[in-house]
Amino acid sequence: MTVHAADAAPQDAASGTSKWSRAWQSHAPGYLFLLPWFIGFFGLTIGPIISSFYLSFTDFDLLTSPDWVGFANYERMFTNDRTFATSMRVTFTFVLFSVPLKLAFALAIAILLNRGMKGLPLYRAVFYLPSLLGASVAIAILWRQIFAGDGLVNQFLSIFGIVGPSWISNPNYSLWTLIVLSVWQFGSPMIIFLAGLRQIPQDMYEAASLDGASKWRQFWKITLPLLTPVVFFNAIIQTIEAFKSFTPAFIISNGTGSPINSTLFYTLYLYNEAFSYFRMGYASALAWFLLLLIACFTAFSFLTSKYWVHYDD
Amino acid sequence: MTIDAHKLTVVTGSENDPNARLRKRIFSVIAHVLLIGASILMLYPLLWLLAASFKPENEIFTSGIWPSLSWDIESYFRGWNAMRVSFSVFYMNSFIIAFLCVVGNLIACSMAAYAFARLQFKGRNFWFAMMLMTLMLPGQVTLIPQYVLFRDLGWVNTMLPLVVPKFLAVDAFFVFLMVQFFRGIPRELDEAAMMDGAGPWRIYWKIMLPLSIPVLVTAAIFTFIWTWDDFFGPLIYLNRMQDYTVMLGLRTFVDSTGESDFGGLFAMSVLSIVPIFVFFLLFQRLLIEGIATTGMKR
Repeated sequence: MTVHAADAAPQDAASGTSKWSRAWQSHAPGYLFLLPWFIGFFGLTIGPIISSFYLSFTDFDLLTSPDWVGFANYERMFTNDRTFATSMRVTFTFVLFSVPLKLAFALAIAILLNRGMKGLPLYRAVFYLPSLLGASVAIAILWRQIFAGDGLVNQFLSIFGIVGPSWISNPNYSLWTLIVLSVWQFGSPMIIFLAGLRQIPQDMYEAASLDGASKWRQFWKITLPLLTPVVFFNAIIQTIEAFKSFTPAFIISNGTGSPINSTLFYTLYLYNEAFSYFRMGYASALAWFLLLLIACFTAFSFLTSKYWVHYDD
Repeated sequence: MTIDAHKLTVVTGSENDPNARLRKRIFSVIAHVLLIGASILMLYPLLWLLAASFKPENEIFTSGIWPSLSWDIESYFRGWNAMRVSFSVFYMNSFIIAFLCVVGNLIACSMAAYAFARLQFKGRNFWFAMMLMTLMLPGQVTLIPQYVLFRDLGWVNTMLPLVVPKFLAVDAFFVFLMVQFFRGIPRELDEAAMMDGAGPWRIYWKIMLPLSIPVLVTAAIFTFIWTWDDFFGPLIYLNRMQDYTVMLGLRTFVDSTGESDFGGLFAMSVLSIVPIFVFFLLFQRLLIEGIATTGMKR
C-alpha cells in the first residue's frame, strides 16, 4: 500500500482519486481528533445553553427540582426589578465610556509608535504590561487604595491644595474608577492596531504627500479608512469583554456593587442572584438576556459594517 | 514582530529639505516626551504598590506619593501567614491547577486545531464556524447548568471543574490561535510524510507539533496567566480555604484582615502577580505576537 501510494500520490493527491488518498480523506480521523472538542462543545456549551434557556422559565433554588413559571422571570426583569434596570444602566455606562476611550488611547499611542520611534519594543512592553496584569485581584486591590479617601490620587491632589472626594465610596465617581482601570489596559488593542498599521502600504503616504496632502489629511483619508477592519475588530472584542467584566467590580465593591449599586455590573448582579440568593431560574433569564444583548450587538455591528468598514475588494 | 524602525520611517520625498528635517526632529522629541510621560503614568501605580509593600506599616499612607527611604520586608512574612491557611497552600493549589490547565489546553486544543486546519471531514466548515461562535459566548449563559452538572458529579470543592473543561478544548481562543499557525506550515511537509505512509496521528505528532513550538509556548503561557488570574471559577467552585487559589486567598485577605494590615495585603498582592510578571519578562515577544496574529483578548 505504501508503495502504491508513493507511486500514485504525486499526481493524484490533489484530485484524490487513488485508493490510498481516498482512505486518507475519509472522515474518521477528523472526527477522532475533534472528539475532545465535540464532548466539550455538546456537554459544556450547547447542552448548558439549552438547559439554561429552559431554566430561565423556571423557579430553581438548586435544592429542589425546577418549577415551571412561564415568562414570570422575564416579566419580573422588565416590569418589577429596579435593580435590574440599575445594573443595565451601570453596565451600559461602563461600556459606552470605557470602550471608546480605550480604543482612542490605543490608536493614538499605536500611531505615535508606528512612526519608527526609537525604543519601540520598550514602549510597547510598558504599555502592554497593564493589559496583562489588569484583570487580577491584586490590581483591583491596588485600585481601591489609589482611589480611596486617603489614597494616592488624593495625596497627589493635596500637593495642589485640592481635597479630593473618596472616589471609591462616592456613588458619583465609583464607576469612573472602574472605567479608568479599563482604559489603563489599552495595551492589547494597541498591539493589534500596531499590527494593522504595518499592513498599510507606505507608498500610499508617499503618493499623498507628493500631492501635497497634510499629515492630518493623510490620517483621515488613508490611515483611518484602511484601518477600519482593525477598528471594527477591536471594538467588537473590547465591547464583549466590557459586557463580561466582573472581577474588578467585585473586588472594589466587596461583591455588592456598592456604593448604592453604582458599580453593580450586570455580571455582578447575575452572580449575586445565582450564588448569594440561589435564584437560579432568574439568574438564567438574566444570562439569556445578556446573550441576546451580545448577539444583537454583534449582528448589528456586522450588518452596519459594510457602510463604514473598508475591505480591499 | 520586532518592528524594523528604519524600514518604517519613510521620509516623504523631502529628505534633503533642512526645514523638514528640523520639523521631524522636533516632532520626534515631542513624541518621546509624550510617550515617556505616558509610560510613567502607566507604570506608576505598579511601582507605588511595590514600594508600599516594602514600607513599614505606619508609613504607607503618611509618606505620600513618593517611595520611602526605609525598606522593610516584614510585611511579606506577616502577610504570608496572616490567615488560618498560609499562602504556601494557595500557591501550591494555584500552580497545580494552572499546570493541569496548560497540559489540557495544549493537548485538546492542538488536536482540534489539527483537525480544523488539515483533515478533511464532512461538516468541517460548519463545526469551525460553531467553534468561532463560542469565542463570543458569554460564560454566564452556560454557568448555571455547568454548576449543576459538576455538583451532580460531586466535583464542587475539587479542582476538577476548573481543569477538566480544558481537556475538552473549551478555550476556543487557543484552537483558533493554533489553526492560524498550523495553516502557515507548508503542506508539502505533511504531503511528503503522507506519501511515506504516515497516518494523521503520526503527522500530528511528528510534524505538526514539533514545528509548532512557538504557538504551543504562546498558548501555554496565556493559559497559565489566565488560569492564574482567574477569579470567577475558583470563587464559584472552591469553598474550603485549604482549596483556595492565590486570587481567592487575596480576596479573603481583603475581607478579613485587609482593612487593618495594608502592608501584608500589598505584599501578597505583589507576590500574586510575580509569576505573571516573570512570564511577561521572559516571553514578551511571543505574547505580543500571539495577540497580534489572532487579535484578541488581553
